[in-house]
Amino acid sequence: MSNIPLTLKYTQDHEWIAVEGNHGKIGITDHAQEELGDIVYVELPEVGDKIIKGEPFGSVESVKAASDLMAPVSGTVVQVNESLDDSPELVNESPYDDGWMIVVEVEDESELDDLLTPAEYKSLVEGE
Amino acid sequence: MKYISHAPYQIDEMLKELEISDVTALFSDVSDKVKLDRDLDLPLPLNEIELKREFAVLSGKNKAADYINFIGAGAYDHYVPAAVKALLSRSEFYTAYTPYQAERSQGTLAAIFEYQTMIAKLTGMDVANASVYDGASSLAEAILMACRIKKKNKVVISQTLHPEYIETAQTYAFGSDIKVLVSPCNCLYETDWDKLETLIDGETAALVVSVPNFFGVIEDVRRVQKITQEKDIMLIVAANPIALAFLKPPSEYGADIVVGEGQPLGNSLNFGGPYLGFMSAKAKYLRSMPGRIVGETIDKEGNRAFVLTLQAREQHIRREKATSNICSNEALNALAATIYLAYLGKEGLKSVAYNCIANTQYFINEAKKYQGIRIINSKVFNEVAVEVDNLEEKYQKALNAKILPGLKLDKFFPEQAGKLLVAFTEKRTKHEIDELLKILGVD
Amino acid sequence: MSDVPLIFEKSRKGKEGFVLTAPDVPQVEISQVFDEDLIRCDLDLPEVSEVDVIRHYTKLSTMNFGVDSGFYPLGSCTMKYNPKINEEIALMPEFTQLHPYAPQELCQGTLEVMYHMQNFLAEITGMDYFTLQPAAGAHGELTGMFIIKKYFEHSGQKRTKIIVPDSAHGTNPASASQAGFEVISLKSGSDGLVDPKALREVVDENVAALMLTNPNTLGLFEKNIHEIAEILHEKGALLYYDGANLNAVMGIARPADMGFDVVHLNLHKTFSTPHGGGGPGSGPVGVKAFLKDFLPKPIVAKKDDKYVLDYNIPYSIGKIHGFYGNVGVVLKAYGYIKCLGASGLKEASEVAVLNANYLLKKIKDMFIVPEGNVCKHEFVVSCKNWKENFGVRALDVAKRLLDYGFHPPTIYFPLIVEEALMIEPTETESKDTLDSFCDVLQNIYREAQENPDILKSAPFSMPVKRVDEVKAARDAKVIYKE
Repeated sequence: MSNIPLTLKYTQDHEWIAVEGNHGKIGITDHAQEELGDIVYVELPEVGDKIIKGEPFGSVESVKAASDLMAPVSGTVVQVNESLDDSPELVNESPYDDGWMIVVEVEDESELDDLLTPAEYKSLVEGE
Repeated sequence: MKYISHAPYQIDEMLKELEISDVTALFSDVSDKVKLDRDLDLPLPLNEIELKREFAVLSGKNKAADYINFIGAGAYDHYVPAAVKALLSRSEFYTAYTPYQAERSQGTLAAIFEYQTMIAKLTGMDVANASVYDGASSLAEAILMACRIKKKNKVVISQTLHPEYIETAQTYAFGSDIKVLVSPCNCLYETDWDKLETLIDGETAALVVSVPNFFGVIEDVRRVQKITQEKDIMLIVAANPIALAFLKPPSEYGADIVVGEGQPLGNSLNFGGPYLGFMSAKAKYLRSMPGRIVGETIDKEGNRAFVLTLQAREQHIRREKATSNICSNEALNALAATIYLAYLGKEGLKSVAYNCIANTQYFINEAKKYQGIRIINSKVFNEVAVEVDNLEEKYQKALNAKILPGLKLDKFFPEQAGKLLVAFTEKRTKHEIDELLKILGVD
Repeated sequence: MSDVPLIFEKSRKGKEGFVLTAPDVPQVEISQVFDEDLIRCDLDLPEVSEVDVIRHYTKLSTMNFGVDSGFYPLGSCTMKYNPKINEEIALMPEFTQLHPYAPQELCQGTLEVMYHMQNFLAEITGMDYFTLQPAAGAHGELTGMFIIKKYFEHSGQKRTKIIVPDSAHGTNPASASQAGFEVISLKSGSDGLVDPKALREVVDENVAALMLTNPNTLGLFEKNIHEIAEILHEKGALLYYDGANLNAVMGIARPADMGFDVVHLNLHKTFSTPHGGGGPGSGPVGVKAFLKDFLPKPIVAKKDDKYVLDYNIPYSIGKIHGFYGNVGVVLKAYGYIKCLGASGLKEASEVAVLNANYLLKKIKDMFIVPEGNVCKHEFVVSCKNWKENFGVRALDVAKRLLDYGFHPPTIYFPLIVEEALMIEPTETESKDTLDSFCDVLQNIYREAQENPDILKSAPFSMPVKRVDEVKAARDAKVIYKE
């Protein structure tokens, strides 16, 4: 049974976002890391880059799979989790905590409205 | 029956097990509309003796094979040592598949790891892949790679690259809307750097040069470095691996990706293939590289082992988002190159390169004594372009003497009629070179 | 057990292997030939003796496994026996010593072989023209994609999509994408085949082609192939044949008669040339006459009794290989076709299909078989029941097979079958080998029931134990460092 924290919002592509003020912290869900297997590499944008809702902003690789990371909102990257360079396994071990990926300054808060609630995400995962 | 391992009674047993009377029952889902209603129209089968007889006749028609060979132009008549041939004939190497089951393929995997290491060291770069099809396609893939990395769609390539490499690059570029701009060379067969700089703009991802270039000339690498630094574009260098025994590794003048034809390393001429394209790059580009890559790891007991790695870039995982569609490498040719480099080692490779250089310099110096030949540019490694009076006549004279005097440059450059590109490997002797000089030099 | 050895560790300063003495021409000073700042300071290559080299690579070869070592039932790879006579003829110096730019009249032996090969492959597939230039199957696919793209551009049509079944080999969408097309994945029907109704819905005037393997990667013959071809041709689109599975139908059915417009073949699969540990292969591409003007140049033609390289291809896509392709590989396939003839090739396909069906019948009760009881030259089974009942996966079954002296089948392909094992025995395996393989699978099944840890920890008797793939990808150590 995968972990789905109640304080977060989710995407169809298994990303989560934690909103604080006009900043959004983004990562991938427990379900996603489980499906991928041992993660070997995370490709992330740089501070200052712009990301666009619904478009890839990076990728995550395991031995047997590679997935694009899809942006839940549009915005400018203000922080990147550098520890993932040396320790990509943090995403497996702690997907919602130490395995966070980027923080963005959210351009348009209304973009958060169509993201999935924990309950909606739970249905999505169970349906798969 | 050819290469079928069943005894006839065993086939009957198998049919019985399947409860059918003959194999045609297994093809009942092939409709009559599609089924071939006649035998294939192919020559009657031969046994081994007959095949050998046929090949004896065919081989007799390849007269050029035992002529004295001064043709280079991307494929060189280097000596393939007996030890290389012997090791390559081991069936555990040549009848094996791609090493997907690492525990059963350490032979192939370790050899490729050694190959990657030696190519990286030869070119001075940080990482290398397991090889691609040939020099031309390695260049094409490097261009695609640079455009991916820089997120731009233009590449400037010097006209001094091998014309068939340029053409291959343009064909590959056709798939990606990448523009390949060819920058002209001067009458000394060197890149015209001033003209080249004018072609570089904000949409240029990379510059491509060849060292030595197609005409054998060593380009001005200081200038190359200056341009790529100033314009902040990537540098792709196509290099001759034997030349790198003496020439500065391209990493030292700013190369981001080094590619080239690995045929000179332990692979025969074979009328153009199979060859191998080597590819090496800076460490930060590793994940953008196409092709197979072998990595070092440990097994469950902590012993060093090797495995295909970073496969998440490749077609079987990434499918349409892969770095390339390439599925294989030229494994056996890369193995030949690996064994060759290990066997020759530092001193051996230098000795082969030295022989090439000495032969070339001898030709250049002696040519000055003849009225009928003029060296166009003598800043060369193992190949030099010469202007020859009455070339057509002399070319035929050479053939009559069972000499292949070189490549007529008008094959690619119609305005360069009367010019010949002559190559010298360690297999050429003083006597052979003297014979060539007499034919070309004397009217 | 110890580390897998590397040649670098045998290097000793001053040891010599193959070193040439000075040539008979005058000596030269390197520093006088090249500018000082063009000369490299050091060259880090091993210093080992000839004996060191022979012993090291011989040892490495013993850690390998080839078709000559044993059964190699890799689905989709056609690991058939590599006839030794073809190795011998390809090594004749009259062929290996030939320079690609030597005058063509002095290369008539090789050119004749290439010319006949073009014709043989045309006859076997029913296509009209062939190029031998692509160096591998994937290379052939890319070439085919370029030909299709050029064809449409030339006729003034802008078609941007290629349809690929979800069962297809990864090179198919990768090749289409590398040629600049958008890939539309088509979900296979419940019978594992292309559903003509679903296909009709996605084919429009923006579709350039459908890429299809027939039989497909599940080992099933696309019985609706005529309808499929019609659907595409009606909308002016083309049909591309991935020839990886031609071993099932030689002399029985031809892609041209099925309606295909462009075909690639794998000489290292169907036509017995050795895989070499991952190459060199050869991926000739065949086309129907209306596409001949787009082939890469040159092709081999016959003019007044002489064989020539014909560069006169008006709308050629250009070149995809520096010279003419993997001629050394083509020679071996030529020998194969000459020795088998029409009857031998047909027999090869018939026995390949017989062997696969026999093996399927004998082992299917141990697995979940997605697609019925009849296959062509290969079949796919699922280890899902092993996962559910014993907690072991296809990977574990594969690793345990190694301990029994077999090379495992292809695992985890096609992607649409969970815990897939794709098995292709080929026609060169004996009934004894197939029976042996069944017995071993039955043993392994029992082991999975009684002691699944054996499978999960396998292999035990290989030169190395199970390797850590995660570490390899995380550390990304691709060259040797002391």
